[in-house]
Formats: sequence, structure tokens, C-alpha cells
Amino acid sequence: MKLTKILKNGFLIVVACLALSACATSKKSTGQMQGDVYTGTDTVEYLASGVPDRVFFATNESVLTTASRETLRKQAAWLRKNSKITIVLEGHADERGTREYNLALGERRANAAKDYLMTYGISSDRISILSYGKERPVDSGSNPLAWSKNRRSVTVKAN
Amino acid sequence: MQEKCLKDNIAKKMKKFLIILILILIPVKSFGLIEVDITRGNLNPLPIAVSPLSIDEESRKNFQNILKKKNIGSEISLIVENNLKVSGLFNPLNKDAFLQEPDIANLKPRFEDWNLIKAQALITGKVSYVEEKLRVEFRLWDVLAGKEMMALAFTTVPNNWRRVGHIITDKVYERLTGEKGYFDTRIIYVAEEGPKTQRVKKLAIMDQDGANNKFLTLGNELVLTPRFNPTSQMVTYLSYFRNLPRVYLLDIETGTQEVVGDFPGMTFAPRFSPDGKKIIMSFAKDGNSEIYTMDLENRIVEKITNHPSIDTSPSYSPDGKFISFNSDRSGYQQIYVMKSDGSNVKRISFGKGIYGTPVWSPRGDLIAFTKLHKGKFYIGVMRTDGSGERLLTENFYQEAPSWSPNGRVLIFYRETKTDSKGKGFSAKLWSIDLTGYNERQVSTPTDGSDPSWSSLLSN
Repeated sequence: MKLTKILKNGFLIVVACLALSACATSKKSTGQMQGDVYTGTDTVEYLASGVPDRVFFATNESVLTTASRETLRKQAAWLRKNSKITIVLEGHADERGTREYNLALGERRANAAKDYLMTYGISSDRISILSYGKERPVDSGSNPLAWSKNRRSVTVKAN
Repeated sequence: MQEKCLKDNIAKKMKKFLIILILILIPVKSFGLIEVDITRGNLNPLPIAVSPLSIDEESRKNFQNILKKKNIGSEISLIVENNLKVSGLFNPLNKDAFLQEPDIANLKPRFEDWNLIKAQALITGKVSYVEEKLRVEFRLWDVLAGKEMMALAFTTVPNNWRRVGHIITDKVYERLTGEKGYFDTRIIYVAEEGPKTQRVKKLAIMDQDGANNKFLTLGNELVLTPRFNPTSQMVTYLSYFRNLPRVYLLDIETGTQEVVGDFPGMTFAPRFSPDGKKIIMSFAKDGNSEIYTMDLENRIVEKITNHPSIDTSPSYSPDGKFISFNSDRSGYQQIYVMKSDGSNVKRISFGKGIYGTPVWSPRGDLIAFTKLHKGKFYIGVMRTDGSGERLLTENFYQEAPSWSPNGRVLIFYRETKTDSKGKGFSAKLWSIDLTGYNERQVSTPTDGSDPSWSSLLSN
């Protein structure tokens, strides 16, 4: 009896360990999100073939991820080739923040993208910034995946 | 010129025909009369009888012609009754139980009859048609003491009949609680319609009880965060006119509007200074939002904060000496207080979670805020040094508290969680007493958000 109890307890601990490690790994990547940054392509549109129009951010963050920097380098190359095109960078936040702070956060995200494009030779004269805060979500869901799609900076052709 | 604003006729009329207040009887000096304590959650609202205002047949017919209301006396008393009920402090009694006719009660109540139905206070009155105007007199009686507490009369244009009901409520509230009322006031807010991804937003204004709703913009561009000037019928708000988000000033009497200042980027989060002479707001540039003021008379712009973080949602203290705002300079959004020149910045929120939208109470002693902690949003209050934090209400999403002019009630907005398909979204206005009691939805014809409470229209 006692032995089975001990065994049972031991078994439970092993199961718990497995569950924990499973959690830890699943947090890193779920196919569509890495951490809480969206990595899918559901909402992405293309400025030209192979040039995605948007980059995504972690909650409350305006730091560009590796994937975002790659996207922006593609945008910069496309903008260098099409030197007459001007763009608007539209910064957005998810619905889990106060309206006014999110307006500022959207502006900060769009500027992060702008700064990066400038380091790849795109003149600031060709870029304007427009923050929508949380006013224009692409996904109307109230769940972590929807929120990750909404935390974004979208490059829109202005002319 | 931005989209043509619908003229607000009510506001015009209000100014033209200022209500004439005639004191017909100075309240008799009295001791030990009923009082309502508004500092505690009121679990035992005061039983009060609102007798329909009596009206003579000729006056009744005249008002029926003008206002299309069968009995304007009953209509006005219904407004008073509803206001008292919604305040949570009073329990208006069922009229079916009233034994005394309105006209006789107004002359001399039979206190034993009113006592029998457990009324502690009684409101009586009379409406008459005098030289094309609406004349209303009313009396407040202490049933237990058998005494008159107050008697007042008003004369105004018939169209102002709803305001008469609100003013009567304000007078009764003030007499019984010892504090100014908040019923003759209006709410400006953002009316919302359409799918969550493409919300159409319009400025809207209504009486505090939801009546006389009017749209002030057409919905062609996004508008956000309207706020009243505490001293006049001016409003400041954010408009995305021509896709340039800027702070605007709107005169709701004339419908004229103008951009505030000439900033090379987004200005947002506007509020008036307590004297109504300045606008305080944020200006975002190069990923950094700072707080600025602009003097509306000489147009001088001053930069108040200077920090590479997001500084926004500024709100003045009622004496104009301090400013509260939220900043993420600590890493997350927290509430700070500084002197109005930007010096002496001190963080005041230290609880768990993030804090935003600080709004200074008109009484000066408290700051209302929005808090996010563990996936829930709270509306709360704290003292101006950050002590005594008290959370009033918890929900999936709610924010943007605005104080009633007497600092006893907060109005805010609440959004619902959508399901996995993104369905089920709504945004509604809610109010709650500072005590944390009496939480209720404020009905609006469409969805609504970003409410701002006006000052008392009459004093």
C-alpha cells in the first residue's frame, strides 16, 4: 500500500515536471506567435512581391524583432528601387491599454520602424507617421493571438 | 473648416433665457431636521415622496399645446423622482400610495398621511403658465418634524422644463446632503457604431440623465476624448481630420472649431486648466510624447515635461498648482504628480499593476485612475500623495473616469470581451459612486465611450 502511494506521488511529480517543461517550450513558439509577438501571415499584405507591409511587437514594447528587421530591410530595398514612393507608417496597439497611452505607443512603434528604414538609406522626407492607438484593430477578437496581430506598424503607400 | 458641426440650439437657448430664480421663502431656521450622509455607501436610501406638481386646467392646456405633454407637472416631478432614485441616496415612494391631492399637499401637507406611507421627506409644488412662460414653485418638507425645509420658485421658457426638474433635484440634494448637486449638467462623449475594426465615432452630448442626446460631428473622421471646459460651454477633443490627429477646440454654442496650436505631429490627451484658459495635452514626436500647455488667449506654448518616455493623460489639480499624468519612465505606465511648471516630479502609484488616466477630483483631495492588474481593469481612487488606494470596480475592460462636478460620482466607459470569432463587442457608459456603491449603466442611443461631465449649468 505504502509503496503504491510513494510510487503514485513520484509519478505525479514526474507528470508535473513534464507539464512545466511543456509550458516553457510552448511559450516560445506556437506556430503563430513567438513569445507574444505575432509571426504568422494571416493579416499581412504585400507592398510588392516578397515585401511584407507590416511588423509586429510584443506587449507594451516598441523593440523591433529579428523578423521585423528583416521585413524592414526588404521594405528599404523596395523603397530604394522606387525612389518616388512616399509612405505612411501606421502604428497600432492592442485593446489592453488606456486609449491615450496607446496613441503614444502606436507613435513610438511607427517611429521604431521609421528609424530602422532611415538607417537603410530611406530619407525621413519620404516617411510620415500616423498613430491609431487601439482604434483600428485588424482582428476584433479578445484573445492573445488577436492582440498580437493588432500590435503592429503597417507601411502604407502614400502616393 | 472641418465637417460642419451641428449647432447646439439648447445651449443657445440656455444662455438667452437664463433661469430666473426667485426665492419666495427663506428656509425657516430649523434644528434636527433630516440629513442624508453621502460619505457612506447608502444601503438605506431616504424614503421620499415626490408629489406630482399640481397644475390648473388652463395652464395644463397651454403647455399641452406648446410642449405636447399631457401634464407637464407630472412630467417634471418624474424627472425629479428619477434623478433622486439614480443617485442611490433616495427611495422615491410609489405614487399610488399617496393620499393627499397634489394641490392641497402643496398648501399644507397632512403630515400624518405622509408619515403613514413611511415618507421622511416630501416634495410638493405647482406649475403655472404666466405670460408665455413656465412658472414652477416647489417645497421640500420634513415629514417627521412637520416642517417646511425649503421653498423656491423659477420662471423660464417652457422648453426648459427638463432643466427645471434637474434644478429642483439639485436644490433638494443640496438641502438634504449639504453638498452641491450634479443634476443640471451634461455629458459629452463619443458615440460609437459599426464593427470593431472600423468603428465610426461621433461627438455627442446629452443631459446627465440621457435626455436630449445630440450628435455634434457627422462621423466622417475619428474623434476621441472630448473634455468640457469647467467654466464655459467649450470642448476640447482629438480629431483625425485629414488623417492628422490633432487637438481641437469646439464651441458647442456656435459649432465653430479650430486646431489648438501648430504642432508638427500628433497632439492628443487634451484637458482644460481649471480656469479654462489653457489646454494641457501631449505632443508626440520621434517616438517620444511630452506634455505641453497652450494659453488660449495669447497662444503661448510651454513644454512641461522633458523625458524620453511616454508622458501623457495630464490633469490639473482644481487649484491649478499641480498636474497629475501617467508616464512609463519606470518601465511601465504609472501615475506621477508634478508642479504645474513641470518641476518636482513624483511618482505616486506603487501598487501592483500598471496605472493610467489620472483625473484630479474637483474637491482636490483624490485622484481617480484606471488600473490594469492580472488581466483585469479597475477604476479606483487614491489620495494625491498616492496613499489610500481604493478600487471601486473591476471588469474585463474599463477606463477613463470623469468626475461629477461635486466629486461624488464617477462616469467611465466599459468594453465587453468578444468571443473567439470577434463577436459580441460593445462599449457603454457607466457610473459609480465614490463609495463604490450604486454602479449603473448610463443609457445612450448608440454605444458610447470617453465620457466627460460638465460643470453645473446653473448655480
